Amino acid sequence: MSPASLVGTGGARVQIEGVHKEFPVDGRSTPALVGVSLEVSAGELLCLLGPSGCGKSTLLNIVAGFLPPTGGRVLVDGTPVTGPGPERGVVFQEYVLFPWLTVAQNVEFGPRLTGMEAARCREIVARYLDMVGLREHATKFPVQLSGGMKQRVAIARALANNPSIVLMDEPFGALDAQTREVMQEELSRIQRLEHKTIVFVTHSIREAVYLADRVVVMTRSPGRIKEVFTIKLPEVRDRFAPEFTRYEAAITRLVKEEVAMVRE
Amino acid sequence: MSTVADLVQWGLRGALLPRRRALVLRLGAVLTFLLLWSLASGLVVLLNLFNPIFLAGPWLVLGTMIQLVATGQLWGHVIATLVRVIVGFATGAVLALALGLPAGHFRVVRNLLEPIVEILRPIPPLAMLPLFIVWVGIGETSKIAFITYATFFPMFLTTVHGVQQVDPLLLRAAASLGARRGQLFFRVVLPAALPEILTGIRLGVALSFFVIVISEFIGAEEGLGYLINDGRNFFLVPQMLGAAIVLGLLGYSGNALVVLLGRRWLRWEGPPAS
Ligand SMILES: Nc1ncnc2c1ncn2[C@@H]1O[C@H](COP(=O)(O)OP(=O)(O)OP(=O)(O)O)[C@@H](O)[C@H]1O
Ligand SMILES: [Mg+2]
Repeated sequence: MSPASLVGTGGARVQIEGVHKEFPVDGRSTPALVGVSLEVSAGELLCLLGPSGCGKSTLLNIVAGFLPPTGGRVLVDGTPVTGPGPERGVVFQEYVLFPWLTVAQNVEFGPRLTGMEAARCREIVARYLDMVGLREHATKFPVQLSGGMKQRVAIARALANNPSIVLMDEPFGALDAQTREVMQEELSRIQRLEHKTIVFVTHSIREAVYLADRVVVMTRSPGRIKEVFTIKLPEVRDRFAPEFTRYEAAITRLVKEEVAMVRE
Repeated sequence: MSTVADLVQWGLRGALLPRRRALVLRLGAVLTFLLLWSLASGLVVLLNLFNPIFLAGPWLVLGTMIQLVATGQLWGHVIATLVRVIVGFATGAVLALALGLPAGHFRVVRNLLEPIVEILRPIPPLAMLPLFIVWVGIGETSKIAFITYATFFPMFLTTVHGVQQVDPLLLRAAASLGARRGQLFFRVVLPAALPEILTGIRLGVALSFFVIVISEFIGAEEGLGYLINDGRNFFLVPQMLGAAIVLGLLGYSGNALVVLLGRRWLRWEGPPAS
């Protein structure tokens, strides 16, 4: 699991066992997640879909080790999660770059912590900045970047640390439609090469069907798992294939049901 | 004047004026001030309003200062004041950081220190000066200790606040990249709190010039505050004004130094230079 190798070393298995989460709201504890159990196999890309506020970010935060679950537990390769760790990379919904570091310094933050030598760090930075198309912006500071560029730096930073699990919270939400598709293709290519375990939150059903091995649809708040779709499509996917559209339609129907109930 | 277009493009900081024009404006302001001052002191003499010694003109002040420089007296006073300010302020800053950083970081330390600081802070530092003299005596130590005491509070409080307001998401991001406790502190907390810490340091620099003068009024044999007080005793208004101006220049340089450091360290903060 050392981040020293340039090509990834595969994923780890994530078991989410009966996770409950309650937040205190106005002195009363309010459930956000109810009995979520899910197993993500090593090397699987799993997409989480669900109405806004259903607890997707909360679930990701629990897997990342930022929040303790009120009940249940999360295991990574059999070991219970007790806090954050470098084997679980995170791409936040809100980018969260270090504003005092340049783009390149942000990307090498993880490798640098391990005391990796500068030359090797530069190699890694170059590789991942190329991947997200930001090489010529390496010396800029985050304030000088657009929203989409920031998000791409955040993705590069997470991947450059070579985690076996990547938790991504609407990582392409701020991107324009074209860049978004390019990034989806890029992620799917990386995934074919590196076989990381990825939990990917999105609001885009097309994106989920394009990327995922399985798509998990959650109910409205308090979130639980409504249905799990296994996407049986070839590794390299065609967005216009009839089967693609069929998955899209089926999942859309389900998500609409939940969103409609939120509005009632 | 800034138009709405300027405001929405640059915010209230305003667009940078061309260097030359900014310089001309600034020099113009200083010269106008000197001119008005000369006129005022000239009028006093001309119309015989009151004893002209009360309002010495800039030339008289300059003459007195040149004389003090020529006889080598001024440097001794400047150095005495500077040494006190630097030692006192530096001690205050070190203490403020040494206590403020852990107080921001650890709730236990904060709860131990905050009540004491909250009780002492509203007391105007000058109210404590006689006590310092009683406790530590009238010599160098009490002057330095007094600057340390007065500058400690703003620097301590901004440091605590700066550390506390560090975005927890930054800590999460760093921790999930593998940062351990010490690394979190040095690579995230410290740089994230730096802008506010520097604000505190600027306050401290200003405050140390503020309080040194007063402690030099009381039982000092040299220093710019002494020079002013000496001027009062012997009715040397040009000397009083001159010493005050030198203090102003020193304070200005001190502030400029911190601003310069800030520009180096906080390059990332500003809007893109364009
Ligand atoms: N720190 C907190 N304190 C109290 N309630 C919280 C907290 N964090 C989340 N919640 C609540 O938990 C629920 C789930 O929030 P969460 O952020 O996980 O939703 P989400 O599915 O990620 O939504 P979105 O798609 O809009 O990002 C919401 O009802 C929210 O109000
Ligand atoms: Mg969310």
